[in-house]
Amino acid sequence: MSRISGGQIDRSKTLRFQFDGVSYNGHPGDTLASALLANNVRLMGRSFKYHRPRGVMAAGSEEPNAIVELRSGARQEPNTRATVVEVFDGLQAQSQNRWPSLKFDAMAINDRLSPFFAAGFYYKTFMWPAAFWEKIYEPIIRRAAGLGSLSKQDDPDAYDKGFLHCDLLIIGAGPAGLSAALTAGRAGARVILADEDFRMGGRLNAETLEVGGAAGADWAAQSVLELASLPNVRLMTRTTVIGAFDHGIYSAVERVSDHLAQPLPGKPRQILWRIYTKRAILAAGAIERPIAFENNDRPGIMLAGALRAYANRWGVAVGESVAVFTNNDDGLRTVADLKAKGLNVTLIDARQGDEVIDSAGRLGLKSITIRRSNGRTETVAVQALGVSGGWNPNLNIASNHRGRPVWDDQIAAFIPAPESIAGLSCVGAAAGAFSTHAALTMGATHAVAALADLGLTAHADAPTAEDAPLNLTPAWYVHSGKGRAWVDPQNDVTVKDVKLAKQEGFISVEHLKRYTTLGMATDQGKTGNVLGLAVMAELTGKSIPETGTTIYRPPYTPVAMGALGGRARGEDFKPTRQTPSHKWATEQGAIFVEVGYWLRTQWLPRKGETTWRQSVDREVLQTRRSAGICDVTTLGKIDIQGTDAGLFLDRVYANNFASLAVGKVRYGLMLREDGMVMDDGTTARMGQNEYVMTTTTANAVPVFRHLEYCRQVLWPDLDVQLISTTEAWAQYSVAGPNARKLLQKLVDQDISDAAFPYMACGNITVQGTRARLFRISFSGELAYEIAVPTRYGDAMIRALVEAGREFDAVVYGTEALGVMRVEKGHVAGNELNGQSSALNMGLGKMVSKKKDSIGMVLSQRIGMTAPDGYRLVGVKPVDPAQSLTAGAHFLAKGAEAVAANDGGWLTSVVYSPHLGHSIGLGYLKSGDSRKGERLRSVNLLAGTDVEVEIVSPHFFDPEGERLRG
Amino acid sequence: MIINHPLLGPRDAQEFIYLGDAALIHRPDGMAEGALERFIPYTYLRDNPAGSHRELWYHEQGDRSWLVVTRNTTTHEITAVEMARDVARKEGRSK
Repeated sequence: MSRISGGQIDRSKTLRFQFDGVSYNGHPGDTLASALLANNVRLMGRSFKYHRPRGVMAAGSEEPNAIVELRSGARQEPNTRATVVEVFDGLQAQSQNRWPSLKFDAMAINDRLSPFFAAGFYYKTFMWPAAFWEKIYEPIIRRAAGLGSLSKQDDPDAYDKGFLHCDLLIIGAGPAGLSAALTAGRAGARVILADEDFRMGGRLNAETLEVGGAAGADWAAQSVLELASLPNVRLMTRTTVIGAFDHGIYSAVERVSDHLAQPLPGKPRQILWRIYTKRAILAAGAIERPIAFENNDRPGIMLAGALRAYANRWGVAVGESVAVFTNNDDGLRTVADLKAKGLNVTLIDARQGDEVIDSAGRLGLKSITIRRSNGRTETVAVQALGVSGGWNPNLNIASNHRGRPVWDDQIAAFIPAPESIAGLSCVGAAAGAFSTHAALTMGATHAVAALADLGLTAHADAPTAEDAPLNLTPAWYVHSGKGRAWVDPQNDVTVKDVKLAKQEGFISVEHLKRYTTLGMATDQGKTGNVLGLAVMAELTGKSIPETGTTIYRPPYTPVAMGALGGRARGEDFKPTRQTPSHKWATEQGAIFVEVGYWLRTQWLPRKGETTWRQSVDREVLQTRRSAGICDVTTLGKIDIQGTDAGLFLDRVYANNFASLAVGKVRYGLMLREDGMVMDDGTTARMGQNEYVMTTTTANAVPVFRHLEYCRQVLWPDLDVQLISTTEAWAQYSVAGPNARKLLQKLVDQDISDAAFPYMACGNITVQGTRARLFRISFSGELAYEIAVPTRYGDAMIRALVEAGREFDAVVYGTEALGVMRVEKGHVAGNELNGQSSALNMGLGKMVSKKKDSIGMVLSQRIGMTAPDGYRLVGVKPVDPAQSLTAGAHFLAKGAEAVAANDGGWLTSVVYSPHLGHSIGLGYLKSGDSRKGERLRSVNLLAGTDVEVEIVSPHFFDPEGERLRG
Repeated sequence: MIINHPLLGPRDAQEFIYLGDAALIHRPDGMAEGALERFIPYTYLRDNPAGSHRELWYHEQGDRSWLVVTRNTTTHEITAVEMARDVARKEGRSK
């Protein structure tokens, strides 16, 4: 037997879908679970550890057993719950965690070996020999355990992130949520009503109860229609609120396209919403819990409310003969509803002393064994058993801020602690009020209260509905037999495992959880946690609240990584910043390198060059021989103005700036307060109270932040204004003996050495366009940096290249730049590593002690000034044919390659085409007094061991004659 | 989290950079006698209260204001947000 009358499915349309390669029919409104049950398929998966045959247990997102893989190819998606997957035409689903097939699973041998796989078996079984873990045990366990599999292809679909604002967010659209939404929506408040289901109404869709004299499901549909007509209400179906964050921020995942074969054009698969709320109402209902008994995990054994839901909402009877095992009156509703559908129902009421003590049926339930209160046992043939051990308020979200739920004896369940999240109130079943009447009135009155907080007036007006009590007598597990009774079916945790945990001293709830893995599966123990606690409480003779409770972290249900990533993937993972010469460089076939968000030219190959070294060597040699042009726009630029600007620079730079004359540039060394070097650069005094600072590319943002900090927090009354102009100016370095001749062709002013000497700066014009010129050099050559407004950057690079043609000038990239700076012994990123002081870098004398500057005091403390500290040195191989390896460590000849003998390391290594061999910079202990020494540079990772000589870091033109030329 | 910026109103904390204890306002004078003894605790020693904490935040994705935010470290409740410049002046900082 399968489909019965009624339900909210559209029988006029038939949908074809496949499960494990077999085709079935379903209807719009079906979930994969309901459609499979309607096709008499009860076996849907295998359990995690024992590979036990499993079927559906629930009818919602709390499902622990029916975990399936969807679709194929790049859209394959593991670990979805069949109970919330909507059937669509062409849906392909596969069972998981079985081999070779769902009905015959070789790994089911684990079930026979279960004595070896009790709680904690990992810790006990795989202890020795230790070497076996990585090579043998772990790979085997990984293959045997785990659930679905990944396609390992790129997800072809898009995921979005979105932001919403509202007065009132209502989580859950059952009777309580709908009532709250109607109350707040009619009052004109901005309301968002979110529900994870594709149809709003919650349990009303699964019940035969009446609301206001109409069928509950009809009242829900009517309410949704009214809400949809209100412009101030946003209805969000297929939207799971996954967590509560600070200050009224909630996160939700909307499954926009999961119910389709593939997203409609231009639509994302899912949207991750960040919802800013003034108030929120949790109306997430309750989740039924089982009663544990021997072999309670067979396909066909499910929660009583789920069995009822499949019959009422989906028109599915799981069997002609069914049974209900309950300890409360809600279970009796299942009996009544199923009887009304013409099924043959056996009742086992734990409150009468009756119990289910065992079940049979390997791949699906065939019979149950009942022990009546008089001690007689009987076996009844049934295809389905509904179990109800009561209902747990679905307080997951309310505990996200660590608010401990409190125990309510009336319903034998935890309810949310009041005020557990500021601005959130819980209503209806989520608050432990289980009747429909309570849900409707509570939803309305709490909406009125929430709106009153916001100064809005609303009226509570709830329709009439049943107000029956639950009449629950706690019954957690059946004390009989030696077999296993499942508590957490997804992680295969049984009553025995809880007993073992107790026996071994893992009594606290946090230990119980970690020792047995109770509640640690993808369902977070939504059905099993309280049951596990109850078993532990009984074993220890404590009450359940004394035993403890677990609280929940976001997300409420598993979230796809794609949704968390949104659009930030591939080349959109981060922004890309292009330099002003990017278009020109692309035309030239430049090779680019990522520097932070920037793409910079790394080198520019010419025809016939086959290796990067050929290009870089040429760029270096030609720059030193004639002229080279380099885009240096990425360096940070900060305009600093104000009557106290000079004083400000004296405070933020370690060296003196007060004496810098107008029209002059100076190298500046910036320390952190702990005395380490933060950044370096040049600062030009463009006018009496106007300076232009440059920073390294990497530190442009942190330095600006730091300067704002100094200006606002440390010295609030200094007259200093800052603005970042990194993107306002396109800046090019023109270096080499012919640099002046080249530039003079373009600029309108005289830039002869007399008119524009070394370290001069000024505002100039380039064919009438305003520009800034700085005579500074990083390469060691006669060099200038010229800045033009960014919109002229493309024209400027083309003009420079054109003007350079007669000199055979080259455009060089970051590699050649690096070679030339190492040849000159200038420190850069590799040396500015955050752990190095000015003294380490050979710049100790720059730190002025005559003025207070950031980092000055602590740069002088003991340890920072020790003579045996690291000092910057130049390094060259004794045999010029050998290459150095960056990162190699210095060892005395004959010393063993261990940390105790470490003398320092090579920070930067390049091939100097000028010298014809490899050169490097490094930090060496007492390095300043060790020139001429021969050491080994050893890199164990690269397998290199090279004899080196310690030399001055100034390999090229040590007197600096060229740059003054 | 949401920080109620004194000039711009409520802004998402994602727009801000966190620095730490607002005691950093009280930078010692580096030229004074005994400066080293004062700079070591200033740089390295911080209170770590479970409760109300005054801390510096920077509105990097906004107006570049440094703010002093009084935040309860156990609940994340924010009880005051002030311009750091105003706080620094009030607490005796000048040039």
